[in-house]
Amino acid sequence: MSKKENAPIRIVLAKLGLDGHDRGLKVVARMLRDSGMEVVYLGLRQTTEMVVTAVEQEDADAVGISMHNAGHLTLAPRIVKALEDAGLDVPVVVGGIVPESDLEAMAEAGVAGVLGPGSSAEDVATCVREAVAARGE
Amino acid sequence: MDEKKEFRTMSGVPVASVYGDGPLPGEFPYTRGIHSGMYRDRLWTMRMFAGFGTAEDTNVRFKDLLRAGGTGLSTAFDMPTLMGRDSDDEWSIGEVGRAGVAVDTLDDMIDLFADIDLGQVSTSMTINGPAAILLAMYVAVAEQDGVERSKLNGTLQNDILKEYQAQKEYIFPPRPSVRLVSDVVSFTTHEMPRWNPISISGYHIREAGSTAAQELAFTLANGFAYVEAAQAAGLNVDDFAPRLSFFFNSHSDFFEEVGKFRAARRIWARWLRDRYGAQDERSQKLRFHTQTAGVSLTAQQPEINIARVAIQALAGVIGGTQSLHTDSYDEALALPTEDAARIALRTQQIVAHETGATSVADPLGGSDYVEWMTDEMERQAEEIFNHLEELGDGSILEGVYAGIENGWFVGEIADAAYRFEREVNSGERLIVGVNSFTEGGDEEIDLLSIDPGTEDTQLKRLKEIKQSRDSDLVEKALNRLSVEAADPEINLMPAIIEAVKVRATEGEIVQALESVFGTYVEKAFV
Repeated sequence: MSKKENAPIRIVLAKLGLDGHDRGLKVVARMLRDSGMEVVYLGLRQTTEMVVTAVEQEDADAVGISMHNAGHLTLAPRIVKALEDAGLDVPVVVGGIVPESDLEAMAEAGVAGVLGPGSSAEDVATCVREAVAARGE
Repeated sequence: MDEKKEFRTMSGVPVASVYGDGPLPGEFPYTRGIHSGMYRDRLWTMRMFAGFGTAEDTNVRFKDLLRAGGTGLSTAFDMPTLMGRDSDDEWSIGEVGRAGVAVDTLDDMIDLFADIDLGQVSTSMTINGPAAILLAMYVAVAEQDGVERSKLNGTLQNDILKEYQAQKEYIFPPRPSVRLVSDVVSFTTHEMPRWNPISISGYHIREAGSTAAQELAFTLANGFAYVEAAQAAGLNVDDFAPRLSFFFNSHSDFFEEVGKFRAARRIWARWLRDRYGAQDERSQKLRFHTQTAGVSLTAQQPEINIARVAIQALAGVIGGTQSLHTDSYDEALALPTEDAARIALRTQQIVAHETGATSVADPLGGSDYVEWMTDEMERQAEEIFNHLEELGDGSILEGVYAGIENGWFVGEIADAAYRFEREVNSGERLIVGVNSFTEGGDEEIDLLSIDPGTEDTQLKRLKEIKQSRDSDLVEKALNRLSVEAADPEINLMPAIIEAVKVRATEGEIVQALESVFGTYVEKAFV
């Protein structure tokens, strides 16, 4: 997916599954917006299909999903695969509570970045920028 | 008051049960506490929240906690159970038994409380959308064990309004949900006099990012809303208000928290007496459970969370809490290990038995700062009540509905959360181990891992139950439920109890209600 140079990054943010902890994702939405990105905030209880559709319709450059329910090993790989299957070369960044011991499995599943608790606004924006830049190469 | 035992400091100085002028603890408006003797007469209940995996797994943890000196049980359900979905629902995949215990049918509930005398313990169940169903199951388990429902002690969270505002575990739209809450209140008022039918909760509002004053105000406003709903359903305030209880967060700003707890009691007493006509002083007395602030726990240097929890626990006790859950230091990373849960319980025991905080009621009462803070919390809360009253044309209940519908609550909370995050980011606010004093503590700690086989075990069990039950009876019970749901005059509890007894699943009962009530979908506000 080639984008115009200098166009702001468009990122789709969503929570998958039943978990309702949306404080982190809302804060991240505002952080990314303040850092100049365009945020498409889908909110709670999104399915993989809803996220893929939003990425297509919004011509998004990245996807951010947030998890606090220990479901990341099930749900994150699923969304990476669904995006691939839809022919969308879009990185997935995961935020929330992901134990260190799961980081390798997340990377293997194709997750572009993991943002843990305490990540600063700069960490968050940098993580997304780098994930998007890596796809453009 | 304890006349026999003399209370002395560690150095032998005798101390009185209270200092300062009236109104004293136990006197209206109860700013200083709801009992004159406070913890001299009775310590708070050390109620540790637990739940993971299958019902059998959690049952083992419950029995450990009781043996370790815990005095009440508190049940954490997994996300599918909280959302009214069965373990075999498509949405449940990956979440069964992970963040709490999975309960699909009455048989799970039977396992959960196996070998525990429900006539002796008090049980808190943290569930909201499907609260009526879980209460029905608890009643059915007890009656199967020969314990009458009137003897049951416990608390159902059953606070749906804060779900739309903060925790987001709603199922049905607000109005039919509040009808279910009122049905539970009415049922327990008549049949379970020792049961607390709603635990009106600020905890999640605070965790979602609100300020202390917002936590206080939104929670009490929700409380007023339930009072208005129950009065509208024909109940007399003094018949149910004594059984309403509250659940607050205890965060790290010690004096602000103490002021918040004191203000909560004063506001509730005044509003219940003056606005809602409560004559019984038990209606006016605000009783509350406290949990230390999960959101304050850091993933960095997790061991230092033990210190945070201790300070927050002390604030809850100085604030006069009736029960307390202390978080485990590893909870920013995973559900607590048994060891971490033990340390958290020991922290309460240190506060109770070593600090002397229990000898004197409201020990900070009379401090200029704490009295000012109490007034300030009340002032900010009253401003919010005024706003809600305007939104609701004089009704707090209608104001709360309106604030949910127009996104006011979620907007206020998100603004406060972002303000806090920016302060941390800019270094204006220091969080030890996160943006300051970051050296050390890099070694990994042991975390609880949930047996990945839990989901399969639970699915197999559910399948067996579905095959062995009498499906005609299930269908009949579910039909009755949807018929009665359509008539707001009928209390739904008897139909729900019938349904759980014939092994209708939680998800099936929810669907029967959804067919009448509809489903709530939140607008995506940032």
